[in-house]
Amino acid sequence: MALERLFRRRRAQGEARDIPELWVKCPKCDAQIYKKDLESNLHVCPKCEHHLRLSADRRIEMLADAGSFEQITGLKPTDPLGFVDTEPYPRRLERYQKEAGRPDAIVGGRCTIGGVESVLLVMDYAFAGGSMGSVVGEEITRGIELAARENRAVVIVSVSGGARMQEAALSLMQMAKTTLALDRLWAKKLPYVSILTDPTTGGVTASFAAIADVILAEPGALIGFAGPRVIKQTIRQDLPEGFQRSEFLLKHGMVDQVVDRRRLKETVARILKLLHPRTVNHAG
Amino acid sequence: MPLEFEKPIEELEAKIAELEGFAASSGVDLSGELQVLRERLAQLKAETFDNLSRWERVQLARAPGRPTTLDVIGGIMTEFVELYGDRTYGEDPAVVGGLARFEGTSVVVVGHQKGRDTKENIRRNFAMPHPEGYRKAMRMMDLADRFGRPFIAFIDTPGAYPGVSAEERGQAWVIAQSIQRMARLRVPAIAIILGEGGSGGALAIGVGNRVLILENAWYSVISPESCAAILWRDAKEAAKAAEALRLSAPDLLSLGIVDRIIPEPSGGAHRDPTATLANIKQALQATLAELADLSPEQLFEDRYRRFRGLGRYQI
Repeated sequence: MALERLFRRRRAQGEARDIPELWVKCPKCDAQIYKKDLESNLHVCPKCEHHLRLSADRRIEMLADAGSFEQITGLKPTDPLGFVDTEPYPRRLERYQKEAGRPDAIVGGRCTIGGVESVLLVMDYAFAGGSMGSVVGEEITRGIELAARENRAVVIVSVSGGARMQEAALSLMQMAKTTLALDRLWAKKLPYVSILTDPTTGGVTASFAAIADVILAEPGALIGFAGPRVIKQTIRQDLPEGFQRSEFLLKHGMVDQVVDRRRLKETVARILKLLHPRTVNHAG
Repeated sequence: MPLEFEKPIEELEAKIAELEGFAASSGVDLSGELQVLRERLAQLKAETFDNLSRWERVQLARAPGRPTTLDVIGGIMTEFVELYGDRTYGEDPAVVGGLARFEGTSVVVVGHQKGRDTKENIRRNFAMPHPEGYRKAMRMMDLADRFGRPFIAFIDTPGAYPGVSAEERGQAWVIAQSIQRMARLRVPAIAIILGEGGSGGALAIGVGNRVLILENAWYSVISPESCAAILWRDAKEAAKAAEALRLSAPDLLSLGIVDRIIPEPSGGAHRDPTATLANIKQALQATLAELADLSPEQLFEDRYRRFRGLGRYQI
């Protein structure tokens, strides 16, 4: 499912590139937005407040305190199954790596967030639709274990079409591995904030993303277990308006808050300060 | 109804039965002809069943007559007390669970439940659980922990139900919670994949100290049909997808995803359910014995280590 969405997405971006480079069209309200305005507004449409996709690097800039980020990720994927569909997995990997400029769909590191020592892990949709294979699972697990060792909080920004098909059952096992790792954090009473962004579905939602101390979602993000197309095929009916969007999940009690991206950093920082054991008696 | 690749075998078996009947009623000596046919049958069976493709195995894993969770519980355990409901929302017939006795030991069991006919399959939603089913499973895990009983999970689902009602009630959330709850068990936990191990819906009750799989069962991140629909843009390429996914028991054993393969009778579990149950019983007994000496904390750590090591990457 991740791949398909990636293709659809790329087509959409291709269209956007046809208009002059300085301007970007909001996919929600069709407004022409001056690119610099969009960037300075964290890719939130100034007209309709639609949250456009934000790159993993910009997410780190946005959440980590300035100059505090020190990268810990860098594992490279392999082709454990010799997976070939319409093209071999290694060829796909090469292309994704070129497109995303990193070895796999995740980047993370030590940093402070509002002064709280943290490990920040950010998934990257530009790499295979943020799909989770062995590398994503291992980096998340290592990040969580590192946080547990060094008494750091954990913040994970999820964006993912789900588990990566080309690593099949090994991808599935990453759901268990990452979920189990969180127990190391719980044992030391260290806070974990999960941030769900558009889209977060499948094996990522059904593992580490859904069992945080606090779950925040960006407005309008698609979040769920099964993708809407699969559900539509199953029930053979149109889906209700707003189904599987952040606000729907808030209404059904699945997320703690829907937070505007421009207030995300201060919200995360406040939660971490309130929960982190080392900041118990500090003023906020 | 026979599977496609079973048809020549069934035809030959019917022919032999017919000849045997004729020989018996007419008194004509056909032992020579029968001998030849029986040899050909044995050869045909060997050719077919010793070289099953992954896609053929998937079909065996779904074959009507294959033992379901309740068949296994009924066949190898005694004193089964089925427990219903999730104490929150409802009762999900796609998941069954309860208390039972296995070889003298009292255990807690849970499993996905397929129907044994169309009517039952509809009632049980083809073993595709809603969140209620997983909450029921977690309730069974609580019971196992509180009373220090081994926890045994039988996996046989095409996947967790992908529907509006399931999403509204937090399908992803309960799957994550169930994975976490099972990981935290301080008792021996054994998962046995009986037929279909469909993705997160299977894994939710698959976090065992040991994971066993029947010889022709499959376990993967997606069904071959769905995988084919996405990657080949054609669900009819499921056979290719099944190969690519490496979803068979021997594949999974070599990847460390399962720990032991439970042999099936030639031609699959549905051809001889009694023999299959005996094999499951033997494997379960041996596996419980392996875990018998571990303390509650050792069991927890053993499970952590088992799953911590899964994945392939380069540094």
